[in-house]
Amino acid sequence: MSEMSVDGSKRRFLVAMSAAVGGVAAVGAATPFVMSMMPSARALAAGAPVEVDISKLEPGQIVTLEWRGKPVWVVHRTPEMLAMLTKHDDKLTDPNSDEDQQPAYCKNPTRAIRPEIFVGVGVCTHLGCSPNYRPDIAPADLGADWYGGFFCPCHGSRYDLASRVLKGSPAPKNMPVPPYKYLSDSKILVGEDQKA
Amino acid sequence: MKTNRMSFVKALLLLFFVLPGTAFASEESVKVDHAPININDNESLQRGARLFINYCLTCHSANYMRYSRLEDIGLTEAEIKDNLLFAADKPGDTMHVSMESKQAKAWFGAPPPDLTVITRSRGADWVYTYLRSFYRDDSRPTGWNNVVFDKVAMPHVLHELQGEMLPVYRNEKDEEGKDRQVIDHLALAKPGKMTPAEYDGAVADLVNYLYWMGEPSHGLRLHIGLIVVFFLAAFAVVAFYLKKEFWKDVH
Amino acid sequence: MEKVINWLDARFPLTASYKAHLSEYFAPKNFNFWYYFGSLALMVLVIQIVTGIFLTMNYKPDAQLAFGSVEYIMRDVPLGWLIRYTHSTGASAFFIVVYLHMFRGLIYGSFRQPRELIWIFGMLIYLVLMGEAFFGYLLPWGQMSYWGAQVIVNLFSAVPFVGDALSTLIRGDFVVSDATLNRFFALHVIAMPLVLVGLVAAHLVALHEVGSNNPDGVEIKKHKGENGHPLDGIPFHPYYTVKDILGVTVFLIVFTSILFFAPEMGGYFLEANNFVPADSLKTPQHIAPVWYFTPYYAILRAVPPLFGSQFPGVAAMGVSVMIFFALPWLDKSPVKSIRYRGPKFKIALALFVIAFLGLGFLGTQPPSPTYTLISRILSVVYFLFFLLMPWYTKHDSYKTEPERVTDK
Repeated sequence: MSEMSVDGSKRRFLVAMSAAVGGVAAVGAATPFVMSMMPSARALAAGAPVEVDISKLEPGQIVTLEWRGKPVWVVHRTPEMLAMLTKHDDKLTDPNSDEDQQPAYCKNPTRAIRPEIFVGVGVCTHLGCSPNYRPDIAPADLGADWYGGFFCPCHGSRYDLASRVLKGSPAPKNMPVPPYKYLSDSKILVGEDQKA
Repeated sequence: MKTNRMSFVKALLLLFFVLPGTAFASEESVKVDHAPININDNESLQRGARLFINYCLTCHSANYMRYSRLEDIGLTEAEIKDNLLFAADKPGDTMHVSMESKQAKAWFGAPPPDLTVITRSRGADWVYTYLRSFYRDDSRPTGWNNVVFDKVAMPHVLHELQGEMLPVYRNEKDEEGKDRQVIDHLALAKPGKMTPAEYDGAVADLVNYLYWMGEPSHGLRLHIGLIVVFFLAAFAVVAFYLKKEFWKDVH
Repeated sequence: MEKVINWLDARFPLTASYKAHLSEYFAPKNFNFWYYFGSLALMVLVIQIVTGIFLTMNYKPDAQLAFGSVEYIMRDVPLGWLIRYTHSTGASAFFIVVYLHMFRGLIYGSFRQPRELIWIFGMLIYLVLMGEAFFGYLLPWGQMSYWGAQVIVNLFSAVPFVGDALSTLIRGDFVVSDATLNRFFALHVIAMPLVLVGLVAAHLVALHEVGSNNPDGVEIKKHKGENGHPLDGIPFHPYYTVKDILGVTVFLIVFTSILFFAPEMGGYFLEANNFVPADSLKTPQHIAPVWYFTPYYAILRAVPPLFGSQFPGVAAMGVSVMIFFALPWLDKSPVKSIRYRGPKFKIALALFVIAFLGLGFLGTQPPSPTYTLISRILSVVYFLFFLLMPWYTKHDSYKTEPERVTDK
């Protein structure tokens, strides 16, 4: 019956107008549903920054804590371990940490604020397993060229002691370093950036 | 079709305006005072929050309320951590109470109810009146009774602020014509730290806080509501002209 | 675009369905105010399903956790309160819209031949909706949820011989408990909605087969033009789509006003006692069902027990709902619409509306001798409206229906 219409342009205008307003309404109506799928106050509270005391962490030891439901490692690296980190850049996929997997203040050769204390999220960048801490050098199962690092049992991804992925691993990237800061010499707060 | 429309409008009016007013009018026989609620008064809410945490939270929980939510009434995270966080570790925690409910039942005969949504079940006016209606009654195990909640298990926790009230009786005839004593009002027998006016103000703050805590999204709700209704009103205008334009065809 | 549509049409009746149900579904051109409520009911159904899905993402059907999970939605989930209020307001809105939709059918004779089946599908929708609302009402696990369910389930124990076993079977326990909550959840989120959607589809298919009634109660298909379309019909799309958009926006203004400014609706949509967690040892002072059940609840209370059994009351309540099914066969009037009916029907209908609303009000009130007496009178009026219908519609005067629909 539209051929009977008196004023086609007016009608087109009104239809376009209604479609526009209706579109806004649809977006508005969808907002609460999308928002409700974001982390709730409870999830945020559970994901709040976590404090860890490192005064009792001996050189070579690791402590694992939970932050946002993920394992976060704190490793006290020995001078030998630190020395090793600089020697195998050619074997690494991303030796200079160019991928954005760490806060800016950890984009350095040791991927840490204080070189001897490494803080990292222990989730393999391949498919999300949590790798094992293997500080032993050249063990039988990992081969002679293993200088200590993290080994993912799921698909055999290898990382050094700064969570940098070794070439030939299925994992594409270095494991992330979470935001953290030192509250004092012996206390770290994981989950909050240090002030620039 | 005028008559049909009228009867419909009447039915709607009845449904929306007359009924809600009468719904539970028959339930409350005790007269309650009007609580001066203002959820936009952050200072009052903050004073109320302090009173709540100092006096109520020792026995009552507010299990669904997070300390961090107090940021909505203008407190900073540091203020919450330093001044209000006695019973919890993190601002993200809910307002739990350390007292076991079994213990509490042994002490008070009934576990103190959770207070998160107490004003939504009891009404702010009732809570406001209740907290101002305690009086000395040595026949009770706690030594306290309440005008709007006879034989209440809860002692008068705020008595150091209010002081002690005693009932003043008057005689009234019951249905059979016999005299009986009823409480006419309460009179201050031993003053507390606050004057009666100050005490009323403090309870008003506390109830204001309880009311806000019952629905922290209340303010946001009204705010979004205005936007939505105005938007829909504009939409209705467009829809009206759209309909009018198309219906020109129909004869 | 055209290629895609042709490809689809060869495999699925896309264009054909679009034509059959929208662009070439001819609806009478004289729909008035009362004809908005069908499409509004459909929209509320969609609102309830969508909000329900998102509530289910955070709700926990566990007696220990249910109450807390609702408060969690109200506080911790971003904008969760908005979704919850939409669902709770939507529940009441659904019944308001459905009652008005049913009333429309009543005054314009939309239940009459040849639309009996549409009416029956509609009544089934109404029954399932009552079940849906009843099951859903338990889920917040407040005092009203709990005791409302307790009372209603106990009604089944009034059934002779098997009653106790039946109510125990429904609860899965000897009182309303975690088991009851869990199965009510299953029924509320899966079983009832599935049936509901199916019935709505059947309701619409039947409607589009027969064609819509109209305020004059005359069949527009009797007079067709040369092109085979009814002379008094206009395509649903665009004419009724644009009209319904207007109706929807106006409805949404009312709906959102309640939702945002008075979600408790003075204790009718969300009851004060339901903010107290369920306590199986303490009954609230005054319990009444939610407002949309109160007319039937008042009838239940109005009927005195017989031989010490509550069964007559329960039976009366059941019959008071079921009797609507018989409507197409009770009405003997030669005309459909109230416009052409005589005074007997109009008076009967007016009395019925008073009885229904009056019973609805009385059902919310605590019982008292006066109220019980009024409830009894109104219950009698309620049933007489149906039982005497064959008589008063047959002997009523009437005006001759016009051949064609009239303007407004």
